[in-house]
Order: sequence, then structure tokens, then C-alpha cells
Amino acid sequence: MIELWFVVIAFLWTGYFVLEGFDFGVGLLAPFVSGDEDEHKQALQTIGPVWDGNEVWLISAVGATFAAFPAWYAGLLSSFYIPLVLVLTGLIVRGVGLEWRGKVANTRWADLGIVVGSALPAFVWGAVFAQVLGYGPVLGGLFSLAASALHGAIFLALKTDGAVRRRARVAALVTGLVAVPLAALALPALGPVAIAALVALMGALVLIWQRREGWAFTATAGAIVLVSVAVFAGLRTAPLPGLTLEEAASGPYTLGVLTWIGLAILPFILLYQGWTYWVFRKRVSLAH
Amino acid sequence: MDALDLARWQFGITTVYHFLFVPLTIGLGVFVAGLQTAWHRTGKEHYLKLTKFFGKLFLINFAMGVVTGIVQEFQFGMNWSEYSIFVGDVFGAPLALEALLAFFLESTFIGLWIFGWDRLPKRVHLATIWIAVIGSNLSAYFILAANAWMKHPVGYEVVDGKARMTDIWAVLTNDTALAQVPHVVAASFIVAGGFVLAICGYHLIKKTEGEWRSAMRGALVMTAIAGAVVAGTGDMSAQLLHTQQPMKLAAAEGLTETVDGAPFTIVPGVEVPKLLSLLAAHDPDATVKGTEDLQREFEAKFGPEDYTPNIPVVFWSFRLMQGFGMATVGLAALGLLLTRRRRQPPPWFNRMLLLALPLPWLAVIFGWLLSEIGRQPWTVMGELLTAASVSPGVTTGQVATSLAIFTVLYGALTIAEAVLLVRHVKRGPDKSAQIEEQREPVLMGY
Repeated sequence: MIELWFVVIAFLWTGYFVLEGFDFGVGLLAPFVSGDEDEHKQALQTIGPVWDGNEVWLISAVGATFAAFPAWYAGLLSSFYIPLVLVLTGLIVRGVGLEWRGKVANTRWADLGIVVGSALPAFVWGAVFAQVLGYGPVLGGLFSLAASALHGAIFLALKTDGAVRRRARVAALVTGLVAVPLAALALPALGPVAIAALVALMGALVLIWQRREGWAFTATAGAIVLVSVAVFAGLRTAPLPGLTLEEAASGPYTLGVLTWIGLAILPFILLYQGWTYWVFRKRVSLAH
Repeated sequence: MDALDLARWQFGITTVYHFLFVPLTIGLGVFVAGLQTAWHRTGKEHYLKLTKFFGKLFLINFAMGVVTGIVQEFQFGMNWSEYSIFVGDVFGAPLALEALLAFFLESTFIGLWIFGWDRLPKRVHLATIWIAVIGSNLSAYFILAANAWMKHPVGYEVVDGKARMTDIWAVLTNDTALAQVPHVVAASFIVAGGFVLAICGYHLIKKTEGEWRSAMRGALVMTAIAGAVVAGTGDMSAQLLHTQQPMKLAAAEGLTETVDGAPFTIVPGVEVPKLLSLLAAHDPDATVKGTEDLQREFEAKFGPEDYTPNIPVVFWSFRLMQGFGMATVGLAALGLLLTRRRRQPPPWFNRMLLLALPLPWLAVIFGWLLSEIGRQPWTVMGELLTAASVSPGVTTGQVATSLAIFTVLYGALTIAEAVLLVRHVKRGPDKSAQIEEQREPVLMGY
């Protein structure tokens, strides 16, 4: 049961990294791939309908950790106090920026909020997980920031057309040339699975060069999944230094209740979130 | 001030702030869904205009509820790690369920609603707003069940210094939760009702074109019904306090000595004989314990400690909650009378309606102060003291830093939201509300 809930939490975090990974990247790059206000809207609209739902993956991951491993939740959040204040600040200004952008007269502040609020959490999450595993937080942060930017650039190229799509491809190549060396520095220490992620990132770069956007996106998504798997494999023995999962876990009754409810509800969540992506599957276009 | 005091201030500030937006999300969401349903049923264009108008205000507010809510979820672990470790087994479950069962619905379907006007069949699009608001209301249930457990812990045992859940059903059907959930949710409908009423009043004074009377009638009915629910569940809560949280009840009444047939103090000096006993136990001669007797009782049971909450704050919060709440509901009842049978509301009443904006918000804020300050010095009643709940490793400097950041950020965002809401309220509904012509925020998809 402990094993199962560790996997569920790893799954929720992985979903979060993959999904919000690209909408962090889009938030970060939107001003740079758009030439005018319409294109800026076009870029942001690729994540407009889905970013909020993507963020719930984080809320669920943290909530599930609280319920299934209270000491892990309490230890992680209280020992990374200031980094998490930065994450929260980022998520606040970003969320408000995205929701209010279309309703304000001057979008300057909203745009600043979206860029800063996308960059901060993307960096800090990488730094936090690297630190827990005993690696350099700065390298971890830079890698996750660059990987999000690449993932987001490819998503933009996949979901838009016209000038934004062309610029997004260039942005993907540029961020990819930053992300791959960072990955080569950061990932090998995490073992063979992470090395596979490095290969996937390189593959994504080749694929976007060949304009195969769908496959490139699959490759970056796969790379993020592999990194996440490697990270959680590392956390299995010690989710925090000096703490084991068994010590951190809730009682069997609580884990049992969570299992029944969680397993009953997760398929529906995947189904209706998947349906949302299907509803908005078409490229966002400025042309009529 | 030490880290504990700062952490308490931070919790108070962020929670009250979060709850400025939440009731409007809960109540206004249902109101907007109702308007869209009316449009769907009747096909009358003015309902669509009102849906879009109030929908936009709803979304401006919705964003703030979401982002300030994330702070709440993290804060337990950041500032209150000892609390989190003690209660996680029980308290964490409703939080996890809230995310999985409620937030996913709310956030996913609100995205579909915002961007789905021209993508989804009309009927499906209508369903998306209803599913989103059901999500909001479900989330209220789970978080209030978790909160109720802090005041009246049930369905658990303490093993190795930690609470262990033994019965999820007991936690989810805690009688304290069953009284509190409808009380808070109905209060949220009053906040939203007051918000709509004030806007209708403003536009009727300004003589803006639009079906304001129609929106006003809807909000009046909503507020009046919610008022009845709040009163009924408030009565239930008072009786539960009498048996479960006698200290809070005594503090709320400023009752120091135990008495039989306790009077109800309206304001100091003005008392109604036996009314408190009648309210608390449905028996005019029932015994109501005073704070000093309870203090002695608690000391005998739990050891030396100050078990009495801040009496003036709790006492006045109780009165202000009731006063502001009843004033709003009274206003709604008067409005129903004045607008009966197609009557137009008189101008003086439209001006009075502007009061419906601040009054219910003040009522819910004081309600939370009563509820949470009245629980002190406990985080979990009878099990864990607030002083023992705080994160041991977190320094005063860290809490001060985050408190400063959140206070400044929240202050700036409040001003921004207020400016944004006022601008959109003043602008009024769009002249044309045809879906084909709407460009914002949807561009073209192909």
C-alpha cells in the first residue's frame, strides 16, 4: 500500500511536470515568439483552456502527499520554506496574469506576471528536487527551466500556425541547444533512465529541426517522464534526507480509503482532461 | 513577536483573504449558471447578456480564489509541520479528496466554459458551467469537513502521538461539518446575492439599459432563501457548540460564570432573559457553562494552560457576524416585497442596495474570526495546542519574509481586482451578446 501510494504521488508529480511544464514554457516564451498583440494572444491561447486544470496536478500531488505521507509533506514544505514562497508567488502572479490579461486595458503587468510566474516555479521545482537528492540545486533548476522552455516552445509550434509557429520552432532550437548541454551535465548522475531522457531530448531537437512537431512534443514529454521516474526512483529509499517512506506513511486504514477513492476517480479525471485537449485540438490560428 | 505569532497572523491574513474570493466563486458561479440556463430555456437574449456580464465578473474573481487557495494547501506544511504530522492521516484525506474530486472538475470545466462558447454544442456548454460550480461547492464540503474535524475530532484514535483515522464516514458526516457546510455555503450565496444586488442597484440608479430588475429578482430570491438556511444552520451550530465547544459559546457570550437559564446579550447591557439557554439547548432553563468554570475544568483535565480564547474578539465577532448577516437578509426580504408583481424598485431602495456589497462580506469574515479564534488555544480541540503545532525548524525571519511578501502581493492584487471589477461593472453588459460576434477571449480556431 505504501509502495502503491508512492507510485500514485510520483504519477501525479509526473503529470504535473509534463503538463505544466509546457504551459510554463509557453508563459515564458509567449512575448518572444509574438510580433504583435494578436500573436501574443494566439500564443497564450494555446494554454488558455488547460493551464488551470494542469495546475491541479500539483495541488493533487501535494494533497495526496499530505494524506498518505504526512511527515514527508510537512518535512518537504517546512525545510524548503523560502523556495516554496517563491513558487507560490510565481503561481499567484502567473495565474492572475493569465486570467486578467484579456480584461485589462494595459497588459504590461499581466505579461510580466506570466513570464516571471512561469520562470520562477519552473526553476525552483528543479532546484528543490535536485537538493533533496543531494545534487546541485542551481544546475537542477536551470535544467528544469530550460527543459520547460523547450517543451513549451515545441508545444507552441505544434499548436499555432503562421509567424508564431515559425518563431516557436526557432525558440525550440535555441532553448534545445541550452537544455541538452544542461541535461548532459545534470542527468547522468541519476542513472540509466535519466540518460534515456537525455537521448529523448536530443531526439526532440532533431525532430523539431525536421518540423515533426508532434513527435518532437512526444519526445520532450517522454524525456520529462523519464527524468521524473529517475527522480522518484531516487526518492524511494529516502523521500527526504533521514526519512523513510515507512516512517512518513499514514496508517493502513487511511491508505486503503485513499486507494479505493483515488483509483475510482483517476480514470475519470484522465478521461475528461483528455477530452478537453480533444475539444481544443486544433491549431490556434489568426487566419479566418 | 516570535515565529508562532507570525505564523498565526499569516494564517489569519491568508485565510481571510482567500475567503474574500471563495464565497463569490461559490455563489456567483451558481447565479451565472442559472442565468445561462434561463437563456437556454427561454432563448431571450437579455439572459445571455447578463450571463456574459456576470460571467466576466465571476472570472475576474475566480482567478484570485484559485491562486490564494494554493497558498492555503502549502501553508499547513510550511508553517504548521507539527500539526501536519499529527493530523495528516485524518485531515489530509479530505484535502486529497478535495483536489481529486472537486478541483479537477472545477478547473478543467471552467476552462471548457470560458473557451468553449463556439466550440461546444449549446447544451454541452451549459453543462460545463454547472459541472464547474458543482466542483466549487464540493470543494467547500471537503475543506469544511476538514475544518470541522479540528473543532470536533471524530473517527480517529491517537497512536504513537499521531491521530490515526479509523472511520472516514464519521469524518465526512461529522455533525459539526453537517451544520457548518450548509451554513458557510449559504452564507456564500448571500455574499454573491449582495454583490449582484449592489450592481443592479447601481445600474438602476444610473438608468443603464438592461434587464436589471430581472437580475435583481433572482438575487433577492437567492439571498432570502440562503438567509433562511444560514439562520437554521446557525441554530444547529449553537446547539453543537453547547455540547462540543462550550468554551467558544461562553466566550461568544462573554459568560464568565456558569448559570442556569442564561440570558442572551444583544450588546453589553441589553439582555434577553433565558434566550441563550433556549438557543443553545432548546430549553430556557438549561445550564450554560462560563469561561472561568471551563478554564478550571480544562486545567484539571489537560494541565495548566490558558484555555480561554480572546473573549472581546470572539464576543464582538459573533455580534457583528449576526448583525451584518441579518441586515443583508433583511434588505433582501424588503426588496422582495418592494418588487412583487412586476413592481419596479423605488430609487431610495436602489441606493440602499449598495450596502448589500460590503455587509455580507463583513458578516462572513467575522464568522470565521468567531469560529477560528474561538477555537484557540487548540488547533485540534482537546488534542493539539496551537503552540505545539508550529514548524520547529522554521525561523522568525523566514515567516516574517513570507508574511511580508504575501501581504504586499495580496494588497496589490486586491487593489487591482477592485479596479478591474469596478471598470467592468461600470461598463455594463455588451450591447450585443451574439456568440458569433464574440472575439474575446477566443480567436479563431480551424
